[in-house]
Amino acid sequence: MSSDLASRASQSKDISRNKKKLDGKGQFWLVFRYFALSILFVIAALPIYIMVINSVKGVTGVNQSAAFVPPTSLNFGAWGPTWEILREPMFRTLVFVLQSSIISAIIGSINGYVFAKWRFKGSTVIFTTFLFGMFIPYQAIMIPLTQFNKWAGIGGTIYVLVFAHVIYGIPICTLIFRNYYQAIPNELIEAARVDGAGMVRIFRTIILPLSIPGFVVVLIWQFTSAWNDFLFAIFLTGGSPKLSVATTALNFITGSGNQVYYGNNMTASLIVSIPTLLVYMFLGRYFLRGLLSGSLKG
Amino acid sequence: MASTTLKKRKKHIQNPWGGFFFVLPSIIAMAIFVYGMIGWTLKFSFSNRTSPWKRDNSFAGFARYTELLQDPEFTHAFSNLLKFTIVFMLGTMISGLIMALLLEKGIKGEGFFRSTYLYPMAISFIAMGTSWRWLMDSAKGETATGLNLIFNKMGLDFLQNSWYTSVSGSMFAMALPAIWQMSGYVMALFLAGFRGIPDDLREAARVDGASEFKIYRHILFPQLSPTFLTVLIILGHISMKVFDLIYGIASKGYVTKVLAIYMWQVIFDFQNYAKGAAIAVVILVMIAIVVIPYLIYVNKTEEAK
Repeated sequence: MSSDLASRASQSKDISRNKKKLDGKGQFWLVFRYFALSILFVIAALPIYIMVINSVKGVTGVNQSAAFVPPTSLNFGAWGPTWEILREPMFRTLVFVLQSSIISAIIGSINGYVFAKWRFKGSTVIFTTFLFGMFIPYQAIMIPLTQFNKWAGIGGTIYVLVFAHVIYGIPICTLIFRNYYQAIPNELIEAARVDGAGMVRIFRTIILPLSIPGFVVVLIWQFTSAWNDFLFAIFLTGGSPKLSVATTALNFITGSGNQVYYGNNMTASLIVSIPTLLVYMFLGRYFLRGLLSGSLKG
Repeated sequence: MASTTLKKRKKHIQNPWGGFFFVLPSIIAMAIFVYGMIGWTLKFSFSNRTSPWKRDNSFAGFARYTELLQDPEFTHAFSNLLKFTIVFMLGTMISGLIMALLLEKGIKGEGFFRSTYLYPMAISFIAMGTSWRWLMDSAKGETATGLNLIFNKMGLDFLQNSWYTSVSGSMFAMALPAIWQMSGYVMALFLAGFRGIPDDLREAARVDGASEFKIYRHILFPQLSPTFLTVLIILGHISMKVFDLIYGIASKGYVTKVLAIYMWQVIFDFQNYAKGAAIAVVILVMIAIVVIPYLIYVNKTEEAK
C-alpha cells in the first residue's frame, strides 16, 4: 500500500508525451509555475543557505548585516573548535543510533511478517493498538520511563536511549514492514507451505531475501529520528554531560546564552545536520517511503 | 499425495498461534511501556506528589487538574498551543497543497524542487532553530538582521516586526518554521494522492468541456478526501506535542510557551511530578480524541479487506 504511495510521490511524472506546442495561455502558466516554484525554492533553501555560508566565515567573521552575503574567501576557523566539542557526542550518538536502528529493524520485520502473512484471531485489533503508540505524546510516558530505567539499572547509561528508541519504534517499524510484506504475493507463501515449509523457514528462505529495501527504509527512518531526537535525549539523560548526544550538545553550544557567536553556532548546527542530510541526499527515496508509511492510508 | 499436502495446509491453518508467539514480546512491550506507563502517569496525575521533598503518593482526585485550570501559566500555554495549531495547520495545508498543485502535472526539474521542499524533514529542529532564531531576530531599522533586514532592504519596512518575541504575534511567528518544516511532507502526501487518480478521469472531463478549475473543484479534490483526512490527523497530533521546534528557537521563553514546554519545566525545574503528569495527560487526551476515531476507522477498513 504505502510503498505504492511512495513511488507515486517520488517518481517524477512522465512529461515526454506532452510535446505538443503550448499556446499563449499555456506558456503563461508554465512561466508562472516556474516562477512560483522558484520562490518556494528560495524560501525552503534559505535557512540551510545561511547556515552554510556563515559556517565558512570564521569564528568572528560574521557581520550580522552581511549574513546573507556569501563570504569572499573561505575560512574554516570555526570548524576546528566546534568539532572538538561535538566529536565525542557525535560518536556516542552514532553508536547508540546504529544499535537502536538495527534492533528496531529486526523486531519490525518479525512483527510485520506475522501481521501481514500469519494473522491470528484478533491480530488486526492488536496491530491497531500498536499504532496508537505511534501517536502518543512521549510526555505521557516519560516520568514512569525514567523510574523504570532507574529500577532496571540502565539509568545514567546510553542504553536508556537505545531502549527508548527500540521500544517506541516498534509501532512504526512494524507498520513499515507489514505494508512492505503485504505486497509480497500470498501464492509464494502458499507454494512454500505446500512444500512443507513452516513459518520460520518461509521467513528465512523467502521473505528475508526479499526484505532488503524494507530494511533500508526502516534503518533510515530509525536512524534519522533517533539522530534528530531531542525529547528523549533531554528527558532521559537529565542533561548529564557524559551522556550528551548530538542534539543536546548542540543545544548546549547554541543555547540562549551564546547567541553572539553566530559563526560557531551555525557551524555546529551544520556539523550535527550533516549525517542525516547525507542520508537524505543519497537515499531520499527510502526516507520518503518511511515518511509516508506514517500516514497509514493512501 | 494430494491428501497429504491438504493435511499439511490444514495443520497450518488450524494452528495460527505460531504467529502470535512471535509477536508476543512486542505485545508485552507495548502493554507495559505504552499502556501501562500511560496508566502510571494517570496515577501520578491523581496524586499529591507535588515536590521533590514530599514523597506523598496519596490519592488527590482531580486536585491537580483543577489547579491547572486556575494556573495562569497553564492557560497561557494552552491558548498559545491553540493559536499555534490553527496557524500551523492552515499554513502547512495551504503551502503543501500549492507545492503539490504546481508539481502534480509534471514539470521539468520536478525531482529537484521536490527534494528541496522535503529536506527540512531530515534535519533536527535544534539545528534549524539556530538559523530561524537569527532569521526572526527582533532588531529593526538600523540594527536589523535576518528577515527584518531583507524587508528593510526591499523598502518594506512596515513588514518588520518582533517575530516570536512579540506578545500578541509570537505563536504566529513560531508557526513559520513549523510550516517551513512540514510543507514538503504534506506536498508528498498530496502528490501521492493526485498521482493515484487515473488520468482518464481528467481527460474525460476535459473532453466534456469542463474548465481546469472545475476539474479540480468537482473531480480531483473530492477524490483526495482521504488524503485531506490523513494530513489533518498527522498535522494535528504533531502540533499538539510540539516541543523541540519551539525549544530550539525560544527555549523556555514565556511568550512562546506551549504545553509540552511547560510540562518539561514543571518536571525539571520545579520537580512537581503530579502536576507534570497532569499536563501530559491533557496533551494525551487532546491527541486521543482525534487519533482514536481515526484508528478505529482504519481498523474497520483493514478488517473489511
